[in-house]
Amino acid sequence: MKQALYEITSNRRIADAVYEIKLRGDVTEIKIPGQFVNLKIDGLYLRRPISVCDISGDCLTLIYKAIGKGTFQLSEMTAGQTVDVLSGLGNGYDLSVSGIKPLLIGGGVGVPPLYWLAKRLVEDGNSVTAVLGFNSAKDVFYGDEFRSLGVETRITTADGSYGVKGFVTDALPEFYTHFYACGPEPMLKAVYRNTFTSGQFSFEERMGCGFGACMGCSCRTVTGYKRICKDGPVLKKEEILW
Amino acid sequence: MTKISLCGITIDNPVIPASGAFGYGREFAELYDINILGTFSFKGTTLEPRFGNETPRIAECNCGMLNSVGLQNPGVDAVVMHELPELKKVFAKPVMANVSGFSLEEYAAVCERLDGVEQIGWLEVNISCPNVRGGGMSFGTSAKQAAAVTAAVKKVTGKPVIMKLSPNVTDITEIARACEDAGADGISLINTLIGMRIDLQRKKPVLANTFGGLSGPAVFPVALRMVYQVAHAVRIPVIGMGGVSDADGVIEMMLAGASAVEVGAANLVNPYVCRDIVKNLPAAMEKYGIENLEDIVGIA
Repeated sequence: MKQALYEITSNRRIADAVYEIKLRGDVTEIKIPGQFVNLKIDGLYLRRPISVCDISGDCLTLIYKAIGKGTFQLSEMTAGQTVDVLSGLGNGYDLSVSGIKPLLIGGGVGVPPLYWLAKRLVEDGNSVTAVLGFNSAKDVFYGDEFRSLGVETRITTADGSYGVKGFVTDALPEFYTHFYACGPEPMLKAVYRNTFTSGQFSFEERMGCGFGACMGCSCRTVTGYKRICKDGPVLKKEEILW
Repeated sequence: MTKISLCGITIDNPVIPASGAFGYGREFAELYDINILGTFSFKGTTLEPRFGNETPRIAECNCGMLNSVGLQNPGVDAVVMHELPELKKVFAKPVMANVSGFSLEEYAAVCERLDGVEQIGWLEVNISCPNVRGGGMSFGTSAKQAAAVTAAVKKVTGKPVIMKLSPNVTDITEIARACEDAGADGISLINTLIGMRIDLQRKKPVLANTFGGLSGPAVFPVALRMVYQVAHAVRIPVIGMGGVSDADGVIEMMLAGASAVEVGAANLVNPYVCRDIVKNLPAAMEKYGIENLEDIVGIA
């Protein structure tokens, strides 16, 4: 974990209420896709946890949806402004068990952490498929970014206004060696029921600290109580109590 | 001089991370040498392991936060067998053990179990947790019950017993006096103030537990007032806490009557805050013309 000031280099809207922010700073503690950072936003007491979308050199990319006070305020920040960032939080995805044909399943703002994961899995020589689900065409983002990594990318929308009509579970490939999922809990539960290999899920919870001190985000698992922020946010399929 | 004496044990400075905001020390020991602290109060520990309340357990408000963790902890045996040996590797000072319970017998059993642990300097007995039913705060809102817990605990331990009080009472000085009369060696206050938030989208309480404990800078003036009142009402040492997040806050609490000061919520926002407070204390003392911190306790 590291606390550092990052400078915003860009902050732009990429879908309905969804923003991509790029920041430059000390990213040395951000090591594994699926980890998150915790941003201090002026005037708000608690930090805002946001998963890492990409790391490139000393540039950190985050994607967030402006839905509350903190994220609205973040969406109004501009290049040149600085943000206090706690980085290197959470366990991240285990890439070593991906097999040669890993499947990435993302829903809405659960898609971002899968981007860096896809990049790393492709670099490791794997044949990666991504199924990305959104509500509607106006919500879709990063399809081209996944495709340009060489990832076979399938996009679903609940209303059929873009890509396959339906949910991510309507577009899963027949064969894959392991899956990685991130998205809203109903989607994760559907993925849990409709997948046949081992896999990993990234969870979300309201957090106090983001680094394991306050027990604000605990959950029950097969192997006991876990803190989403420190022992997660990624849990293995076999650990989950559903 | 930042050294102070707390119930017969001298500590290097009055800065003490508060229970519930510092776990059993491990997460922070990864960030800085926690031996620079006066001590710290570990996570509220009960006889049996507890999961606590359902999530969401955290809500935010202007200048503060609410929590309804509900005393999640691994139970006293796991603390003694696992957490404390781990802590010993990174913390060489006496630690403050925060204890909670749901009956007089449970409070006594936990304290008895911890009494034999050399690493523990003080027992901070939490009779003020607002997030559990049938225990915690129900003991801290009645002078008679508070005295009963104090007496039960004193019977089983030779370590200094510090009773941690709830601000959710009509007259906190009455409870503090009852604890003192029952043999308490110190008083710490305040635990969190009961509050709530409602999610405007869902039109339901944010916290799964509906209510939670308010902490952070928002509570500082309330805490300061209660520390002042209690310090004037008892002769035993008082530990002040509630919304402290910098060296000035520590000094203000001490002027109100605190012999030492706990820092809670601020650790969650800035994990280095207690390191920074310890570092900044000498300069703050110089700024306000203070030579010995012990000399300013309660002089306001």
